[in-house]
Amino acid sequence: MIAIQKNNTINLARLQSLIALVTLCAIIAILSDKFLTMDNGWNVLRQIAVNVCISVGMTLIVLTAGIDLSVGSVLALCGAITAGLLKNGIKMPSADLFIGFTILGALLAGIIAGALLGWFNGFVITKFKVPPFVATLAMLTIARGLTMLWTQGHPISNLGPAFSVIGTGWFLGIPVPVWIAGMVVLIASFITRQTRLGRYIYAIGGNENAAILSGISINKVKLIVYSIAGALAAVGGIMVTSRLDSAQPNAGTGYELDAIAAVVIGGTSLSGGKGSIGGTVMGAVIIGVLNNGLVLLNVSPFWQQVVKGAVILIAVIIDKGGKKK
Amino acid sequence: MLIARNITKKFAGVVALNNVNLELHPGKVNAIIGENGAGKSTLMKVLSGVHVDYEGDIIFNNEVLQLTGTKDAEAKGIVIIHQELNLVPGLSITENIFLGREKCNAIGILDKKEMTRQTQKLLAKVKLDADPAALVGSLKVGQQQLVEIAKALYTNASVIIMDEPTSAISDKEVDNLFVIIDELRSEGKTIVYISHKLKELFTIADRFVVMRDGCTVESGVMAEMTQDALIRKMTGRAVNGPAGNTKQTFTEPVLRVQNINLKSTSRHGANVLTDISFTLHKGEIVGLYGLMGAGRTELMETLFGLHPKRATGNIFVHEQQVHIQTPIQAIKHGIALVPEDRKAHGLILDQKIKTNISITVLNQLEKWGIVLHNKKETRLSKDYIQRLGIKTYSENNIAGNLSGGNQQKIVLAKWLATNPRILLLDEPTRGIDINARFEIYNLMKKLAEAGMAILLVSSELPEILTASDRVLVMAEGRLTADMPVTEATESNVLKYAIQHNITA
Repeated sequence: MIAIQKNNTINLARLQSLIALVTLCAIIAILSDKFLTMDNGWNVLRQIAVNVCISVGMTLIVLTAGIDLSVGSVLALCGAITAGLLKNGIKMPSADLFIGFTILGALLAGIIAGALLGWFNGFVITKFKVPPFVATLAMLTIARGLTMLWTQGHPISNLGPAFSVIGTGWFLGIPVPVWIAGMVVLIASFITRQTRLGRYIYAIGGNENAAILSGISINKVKLIVYSIAGALAAVGGIMVTSRLDSAQPNAGTGYELDAIAAVVIGGTSLSGGKGSIGGTVMGAVIIGVLNNGLVLLNVSPFWQQVVKGAVILIAVIIDKGGKKK
Repeated sequence: MLIARNITKKFAGVVALNNVNLELHPGKVNAIIGENGAGKSTLMKVLSGVHVDYEGDIIFNNEVLQLTGTKDAEAKGIVIIHQELNLVPGLSITENIFLGREKCNAIGILDKKEMTRQTQKLLAKVKLDADPAALVGSLKVGQQQLVEIAKALYTNASVIIMDEPTSAISDKEVDNLFVIIDELRSEGKTIVYISHKLKELFTIADRFVVMRDGCTVESGVMAEMTQDALIRKMTGRAVNGPAGNTKQTFTEPVLRVQNINLKSTSRHGANVLTDISFTLHKGEIVGLYGLMGAGRTELMETLFGLHPKRATGNIFVHEQQVHIQTPIQAIKHGIALVPEDRKAHGLILDQKIKTNISITVLNQLEKWGIVLHNKKETRLSKDYIQRLGIKTYSENNIAGNLSGGNQQKIVLAKWLATNPRILLLDEPTRGIDINARFEIYNLMKKLAEAGMAILLVSSELPEILTASDRVLVMAEGRLTADMPVTEATESNVLKYAIQHNITA
C-alpha cells in the first residue's frame, strides 16, 4: 500500500473509492434483497446519469480551481426552456408570429441556453475578477428567477411520448440516460487526458501564474470550461424534464451540492490541478448507490441526509489521510 | 549596547552568516551596508528573534539574550520594521498599534477611549497627522511606515531596526522620517538602519558596519568614511579584473527597446521604470545588474507583456516594431522568460516533468489538430532531460520532487522548447548549487554561440562579470550604465548601481 501511495496518489484515491463502493454495495445487498436486481440496477444508473452529467462539468471547473454553484438552477431553466419551446413554441401575437420547435430544435435551444449561462459565469469571473463562488452564487438566484418567470411558476407538462424517450427510453438494452451520461464521460475523459485544453485546465489549477507566463490564455480556457459546465447542466435538465414528462420550476434544487460531493469524493482537489473524470464518476455512483440503498432500507429521509453528509466527510478524510502519509 | 558575537547562521547547510561580530551603539544611528545577499537581512532577523537557531551570542545590556521569537525580542525592547510592512490594512491605526496587546477595562471590554488617546499621543510623536480611526489601508506607504514606528514606540523599544525604510517613500517623507529618527536618537534609542542609498546614510548615520559574503568586514564612524571607500569595502574581493570572456563584437540587433516607461501601481507613485533604452544582439549575453528594487524584474516583465496597461515605449525585434501586450505575443516574437521565482511562476510543482516541459509547445504536439501526441511529448521531454542533464529517473517524475537546480533546468527546458531568439533570464542561479550553476553558465554560452540573444539579470556581481559580454546597470528604475564587460569591474558597476543616490 505504501509503495502505491508514493507513486500515484490519484490511483490510490480511485482504489479507495472502489473499495468504498464495493463495501457499500455489499452492506446494502445483505440488508435488502431488492438491491441486487436488474430493475433496481438500471433504476440507480438512470438516476445517477443526471448527476454524472453535472458533475463532469463541475470537475472541469474545479480542476481550474473554480466552482459552479449555479448548475442546479441552470438545469431547471434549460429544462424549462426546452419544454416550453417544445410545447408552446415562440408566440408573438403583436407581430402575428409563431415559431414552432421540433424536438431537436428545442433540445439544441436548451443546451445552447445552458452554454450561454455558463459562458456568462465565465465572463463575469474573468472580466471582472469576481470569485467563482460569488459569480455563480448570483447566477444560482438569477437562473432560478428566470425559470419562475419563464414557467410563471407552473410546471410545463405533457411533452409527448417522443420527448420522453430521452429520460425513460431504452437503446440496445441500456437506458438512454445512461448512454448519454456515458458519452459525456467519454468525451470529457478524452478532453482532460488527450487534448491541449485538458492540459491547460490542469495547468491553470496547478499554478495559474506559471500558466499565464507559459502563454496560456487562461481567460479563454475558463470561458470554455464554464460554458461546457452550463451546457452539461442543460443536458441534465433535459433528462430530468423528459423523465418526469414535465419541467418543474423548482427542479434541480440542491443538485450543485450533489455534484460537488461527487467531485470531492472522487478525489479531485478543490484547490485545483488534481483529479480526474473517472474519480468523479465513481463519486457520483457512490452517492447514487447510497441514495438508493437508504430508500430501499426505509431509512427516514431525515436520516438519509445525515448519513449522506457523514459519508462525504469520511470519504474526504480518508482521501486526505492517504495523501499526507 | 547590543553586541553580536560570533554569530553563524546556516540555511540547509548553506552559510548565510559566518562568524559575525558587531556592536550597535545606543543614541546612535547604526548603518548596515552591503551588497544584495551580504547577509544584512539575515543578521537583522537573528537580532529580532525571527531566526532563533544560530550559533554565537547576542549580548544586550551586558546580558546574553536567548530569544525565543519576535514577541520575546519585542518584550526585551528590540523591534524590527520590515521592508514589507507588517500591518493589517483592514484595521484602523489604533487597532493596528494595539493588535495582540489590546487594552481592556475591568470587565474585559476593549477600552477604546484609552487606546485612541494613546494612539493620538504616538501619532503626534511620529508627526503623522491622521485620525486614529482611519484604516491603515487608506494611508500612503510612508504614512504606514510611521504607524509601524508608532507601534515600535508604544512597545517602548530601545532598539529599532529599519530595513530599507526609504525604498518606497517620497523625498518629503524621507525628510520627515529623518526628523523622527533624530528625535529617537536623542532619546538614547539604538537605531539600526539598513539602506542601499549611500547618500542617505551619510546624512543620517553616525556609525557604519559593512557586511560582505555573510561576514562583517569593517565598522567605524560614518564621518570618517568616503563613498568611494565604502563601495570598495562593500565589493572587497580582490578586484578580479574584468573576466573579458569575449573580445567579439556583436552587430546584428535582435531586440531593441526604446524609452520603456512603467508607471507605478499606485496613482501617485514614481515611475518604476524610466526611459529605458538598450539593444540586445545576436549571440550576445548581456548582464543586467541592479540593487534590490532597481526595477530589473519589472523590466523583464514589461518586455514579456505582463504590464500592458502601465507600460509605454517601443520594442523592436529584428528591427521590426512589435506590440507585446501579453506573454502569448511575446512568445510569438521569440521571447522567453525564465522568471525569478521558479516555484511561484515557473513550474507546476505537482505535475510531471514531462507536462511541465511540453506546456509551452502543446500546439506543436498535436495530431489531427486535436489529440496530443504522447510519443512526441515523451520524446521532447526525454531529449531536454538529456540535453540539460536533468537528474531524474523518469520524465514522469513529479517536478516538485527535484532539487532547485534540476527544477530550474525544467523551466529552462520548457522555454528552450519554444525555440526562442531572445532569452530573458531572471536570477537563473538563485538558490541552486554550484555545479548546477556552472552547467547553466555553460548552457548560456552554448545557446549564445548558436545565435540566441540572452539578457541575464542577476544580483550577484561576479556572476554578471563572468557570464556576460556586456553589462547594463540599473538604479531606481533607470539605466545608469551600458558597457562592455572589458570595462566593467565590481566597483565601477556597483558605483553605477548606487550612482543615482550620489548624484541626486
